[in-house]
Amino acid sequence: MSAENIIRIQAENVNFYYGRHKALKNINLDFYNNKVTSFIGPSGCGKSTFIRLLNKMNDLVADTKTEGNIWLDGENILHDKADAVKIRRKVGMVFQKPNPFAKTIFQNVSYGLEINGEKNKKIISDKVEESLKKAALWNEVKDRLADNALKLSGGQQQRLCIARCLAVEPEVILFDEPCASLDPISTNKIEELILELKKQYTIVIVTHNMQQAARVSDWTAFMYLGELIEFASTDKIFTVPKEKKTEEYLSGKFG
Amino acid sequence: MKNKIVENIGFIIITLCLLATLFFLALIIYFIFAKGISVISWEFLTCAPRKAMTAGGVAPAIAGTIFLTLGAVIFALPLGMSCAIYLNEYNPSGFIVNAVRIGVNNLAGVPSVVFGLFGLAVFVKFLGFGVSVLSGSLTLGILILPAIISASQEALTAVPQSVREASLALGATKLQTIVKTVIPSALPGIMTGVILSIGRAAGETAPILFTAAAFYKRGYPDSPFSEVMALPYHIYALMTEGTRPELQTPIAYGCALLLLAIVLLISSAAIILRNKYGRYYVS
Ligand SMILES: Nc1ncnc2c1ncn2[C@@H]1O[C@H](COP(=O)(O)OP(=O)(O)O)[C@@H](O)[C@H]1O
Ligand SMILES: [Mg+2]
Repeated sequence: MSAENIIRIQAENVNFYYGRHKALKNINLDFYNNKVTSFIGPSGCGKSTFIRLLNKMNDLVADTKTEGNIWLDGENILHDKADAVKIRRKVGMVFQKPNPFAKTIFQNVSYGLEINGEKNKKIISDKVEESLKKAALWNEVKDRLADNALKLSGGQQQRLCIARCLAVEPEVILFDEPCASLDPISTNKIEELILELKKQYTIVIVTHNMQQAARVSDWTAFMYLGELIEFASTDKIFTVPKEKKTEEYLSGKFG
Repeated sequence: MKNKIVENIGFIIITLCLLATLFFLALIIYFIFAKGISVISWEFLTCAPRKAMTAGGVAPAIAGTIFLTLGAVIFALPLGMSCAIYLNEYNPSGFIVNAVRIGVNNLAGVPSVVFGLFGLAVFVKFLGFGVSVLSGSLTLGILILPAIISASQEALTAVPQSVREASLALGATKLQTIVKTVIPSALPGIMTGVILSIGRAAGETAPILFTAAAFYKRGYPDSPFSEVMALPYHIYALMTEGTRPELQTPIAYGCALLLLAIVLLISSAAIILRNKYGRYYVS
């Protein structure tokens, strides 16, 4: 581990239950500042469940139980008293299926500002422009900001969701299979974007595309049946995996 | 081959049912129109009845029906929406959800004359609103409450969870999410419930019989506490009372025609509103 690796989020002994089903088993993991950490593993192994803990999205699911600690800036965000609203402003999320609001393109991006109480029109429109530029969408939509966001293509919608998330100025961004429903060209754009964003943000991405993990991430976590099997730098995990299970998964023996 | 025949017969039956429905609808509209149009005139629309209801107009009844209907919606919409939002968004315990659902379903099945008696006992007498627009609107409001709650609940359920998650993930509070995202997405569906309720509220006679309706009143209602004439009750009165049925019957059909027109008008306004504000929210 080099000196540049500052720990941003630290998960300690995390267990998670949906009813009586234990979906996460004793997860211990550190996320480094300004790095991309990817989660790979077969579908149903708990990747989404885990990253949704990082912005308290699992609070919305009824009949669940969480154990352990996740530290973010000295606060245990799994604690019952942790302020979900505050944490979600710090930890943004882009979902698997693009989910823009059925509002205009502009309103989608300004939404986060307005709920934060920003009233100044100029500040809002500057921020909308800046966010759309960061999300590499500005040139495609600058003449149609008043159009309904649902008219955009899937890839554009996903970049709009990224812009919407950036406008709130998060410090960490979670991507849950952001390219799962996109074509290769859109996927490529999103990957480039993630590499650009990591200069400013700490990024966590779930993907079941191993090549994608290899292309965009610095660190890779491999999960299997709710357990974290291996966590290492992406280079290492793809060239010299320590665990047999990891090797089997990477070589396509199951998945 | 056999499948094909069954397929065709099925299609023919369905088509016939559709045509029959359209036929009856057309028949109703034709009859009301044919029998009612002769009395429609400027005077009919703008003046009060004269000569013991056998001449003049029905303007006070038109106004009364509009007031009562709008009043019912103004009362029932916020109440019904809040109720649906509570049930749908705040995950109350199963007991509460079931209790409210059973209550609402039963309320929907109560005969309208019972609502009339309830309104008489509670609004007119107990709360002392008297026979008035207010009492009538409240009574009609309760009558349409179940429909508004059901429509709102259906519309809220149809809003994808992903939309709520998107808003919450941006750091919106639950209330912000409901007000800024969930309700706008559900509004077109809620408005559909309102539109159906408008027809119901405007056309009901029994609930206003003891709570709001006056047999005859010259002017327009000047306060929420004044009695009103209303078209459905006026039709009833024209057909059952008085001494000149040959003069009263055409007027009754004229009133029926007006009632249809008013319901159509208010509904169209609601549809336009829905499309205008709903536009951004339906994909
Ligand atoms: N809302 C839920 N209720 C109950 N079980 C769930 C729920 N979401 C996920 N699970 C279960 O938890 C496990 C992990 O799911 P998930 O985190 O979505 O996996 P992944 O994202 O790796 O595909 C699976 O067995 C899944 O069936
Ligand atoms: Mg998943």
